[in-house]
Amino acid sequence: MTFRQRHLLGIEPLHPTEITTLLDLADSYADQNRRGVQHKDVLAGLTQINMFFENSTRTQASFELAGKRLGADVMNMGMQASSIKKGETLIDTALTLNAMHPDLLVVRHPHSGAVDLLAQKVNCAVLNAGDGRHEHPTQALLDALTIRRAKGRLHRLSIAICGDIAHSRVARSNIMLLGKMENRIRLIGPPTLMPAGIGAFGVEVFEDMAEGLKDVDVVMMLRLQRERMDGGFIPSEREYFHRYGLDAAKLLHAKPDAIVMHPGPMNRGVEIDGNIADDINRSVIQEQVEMGVAVRMAAMELLAQNLREKPKEVMI
Amino acid sequence: MTDTIFINARLIDPVALTDQIGAIRVKDGRISEVTENGARPKNANVVDCAGMCLAPGIVDIGVKVSEPGERHKESFRSAGRAAAAGGITTIVTRPDTLPAIDTPETLEFVERRAQQDAPVHVLPMAALTKGREGREMTEIGFLLDAGAIAFTDCDRVVTNTKVFSRALTYARSLDALVIAHVQEPILSDGAAATSGKFASLRGLPAVSAMAERMALDRDISLLEMTGARYHADQITTARALPALERAKRNGLQITAGIGIHHLTLNELDVADYRTFFKLKPPLRSEEDRNAVVQAVADGLIDIISSMHTPQDEESKRLPFEEAASGAVALETLLPAALRLYHAEQIDLPRLFRALSLNPSKLLRRPGGRLQAGAPADLVLFDPDAPFQLDRTQLLSKSKNTPFDGARMQGKVLGTWVDGARIWGDG
Repeated sequence: MTFRQRHLLGIEPLHPTEITTLLDLADSYADQNRRGVQHKDVLAGLTQINMFFENSTRTQASFELAGKRLGADVMNMGMQASSIKKGETLIDTALTLNAMHPDLLVVRHPHSGAVDLLAQKVNCAVLNAGDGRHEHPTQALLDALTIRRAKGRLHRLSIAICGDIAHSRVARSNIMLLGKMENRIRLIGPPTLMPAGIGAFGVEVFEDMAEGLKDVDVVMMLRLQRERMDGGFIPSEREYFHRYGLDAAKLLHAKPDAIVMHPGPMNRGVEIDGNIADDINRSVIQEQVEMGVAVRMAAMELLAQNLREKPKEVMI
Repeated sequence: MTDTIFINARLIDPVALTDQIGAIRVKDGRISEVTENGARPKNANVVDCAGMCLAPGIVDIGVKVSEPGERHKESFRSAGRAAAAGGITTIVTRPDTLPAIDTPETLEFVERRAQQDAPVHVLPMAALTKGREGREMTEIGFLLDAGAIAFTDCDRVVTNTKVFSRALTYARSLDALVIAHVQEPILSDGAAATSGKFASLRGLPAVSAMAERMALDRDISLLEMTGARYHADQITTARALPALERAKRNGLQITAGIGIHHLTLNELDVADYRTFFKLKPPLRSEEDRNAVVQAVADGLIDIISSMHTPQDEESKRLPFEEAASGAVALETLLPAALRLYHAEQIDLPRLFRALSLNPSKLLRRPGGRLQAGAPADLVLFDPDAPFQLDRTQLLSKSKNTPFDGARMQGKVLGTWVDGARIWGDG
């Protein structure tokens, strides 16, 4: 049982045993959450600040709930409306917050690498809640936990990730995590939504859903951002749904017991048929949300442990 | 004025492409003769080079001195001293200042400031279009009369081909040199990296390396139309090289340059979003880097520049996408270029062909040569002396170098401009 990280900035720096450690802990939290067990002592006395430079409802709520269940004092800062608008730089904002001595800082930012930059300037533990197109580690971890609970394992599975890979931090973190755990990853989407150099990621790439979904154990759909829908990257919503939207006919190509996932919020009728999303035999979308809280509780507990063991170094 | 004689020098001759021990005699600011390493004449100051390299001073095209407008980033005094310390004897300054240098009046301001403060030769370039906005051409004739050495909108591409073709045609009638940035502007809009595995992993907005060839192809077509004298500021990708080679073979008046960072670094150096490595164009793959190094050795790429771009700490201490582009390089140009020599990818005469001779030829200046009659603009350096770069020690006001902490080789022992020593002891 080891988890050596000071921050959770991405999946990339994590060792497979660290991922397993975190998922094991999250797994027990998931069960206890269902039973309504309280753990107010775990983060008691610690301050958690949620700093979201980009709109988010579900992720922010999930982090807030996770912190509160463990007894942390949680504060939310909506950064779109704040000092950034007054011209303050990210680093100054970080230094200002740092001076208030928080213990856990949860950050989402529209630019890749911004959370890494911020983490260099503070002496609390930083959790990346999504930076640009780079990483969204807790999403990948909650997806992994959902898969592990549904499939009984997190290795040697065939997993398809479908849709807007190019702009998705969820896809990047998932590719890294599922790759580290030795799964077979297939990416499916129109070539305009595939990142360059994707062949070098150790994945298989498909442009056709039927071909790509053949015999997979897990179908992971991605959200198509509104601004990408019209003309820029794909011809239209309806053509996208026809060719890449997950419906019953396309799902037939996957294994009969394949599960369907989506990080939310969904565009029903664009990337996923509403009936599939609501099919309790196939869709684990609600469970993903549930696992989200458990994974974030585990991540914060492990980081807080490391924080306590290694006293804060004073930095500039 | 007594003569100066440099003895025991390892003479780097970019014309004859030789590298051998000899002596040079300097009289009235010019090289009077290049001789065998003989006896010490009585009536001269003697500089004993002790076997170190003596080469024509570097002529650096595309240096940003942030006057007027942003003197806190770099002034003529600081840039001049940094150039002297780096063995650069001529800086060719960029007009991308605030305001842009697009009138004879602003050009004269720059010339006056340079005259007052810089110990090296300063040749100012002027903007090709007013305000570098790509809409109307500047007063090319008046600017030439005022001393503009070349015309460029720097890193802004003139997107309107009508405007650009007219500017090229007008420039041709005055035999003016036009320098262009070759990046397809719409494709590369918003890009912070070269597309590929690395940019995708880091989630950075990226542009295909092909954007460079697209722009070069367009400009070559316009050159065939207009016949202007043209220099592509930075050719950094393998895919652009065949087009460049063909255009040269077809007799167009085209030359190409490259910045030192694209010759010595690649995209992976960005690592964890290190903004000092954010350049324009972005750093390329290792395959591209090797191809352009070879192109410099072969002479297909003519000129190596520092592309010196001072940026203050605030404009670099930002998330990668928001951070400013560019790096300072006056003092690191030579040691970085010597990496190619130590890697045995290029010899010293060919290196100085790209650093000194070719830029002088392009600008129709007499320097860049170790020949009788040439100005005594010289650099004496130890190509092997090792050091670790500490950016805080740079003479440039801005310290944004990607080589901070890097182990490098090559120390400038002395710099002479018109026979007068401006750097080094003695």
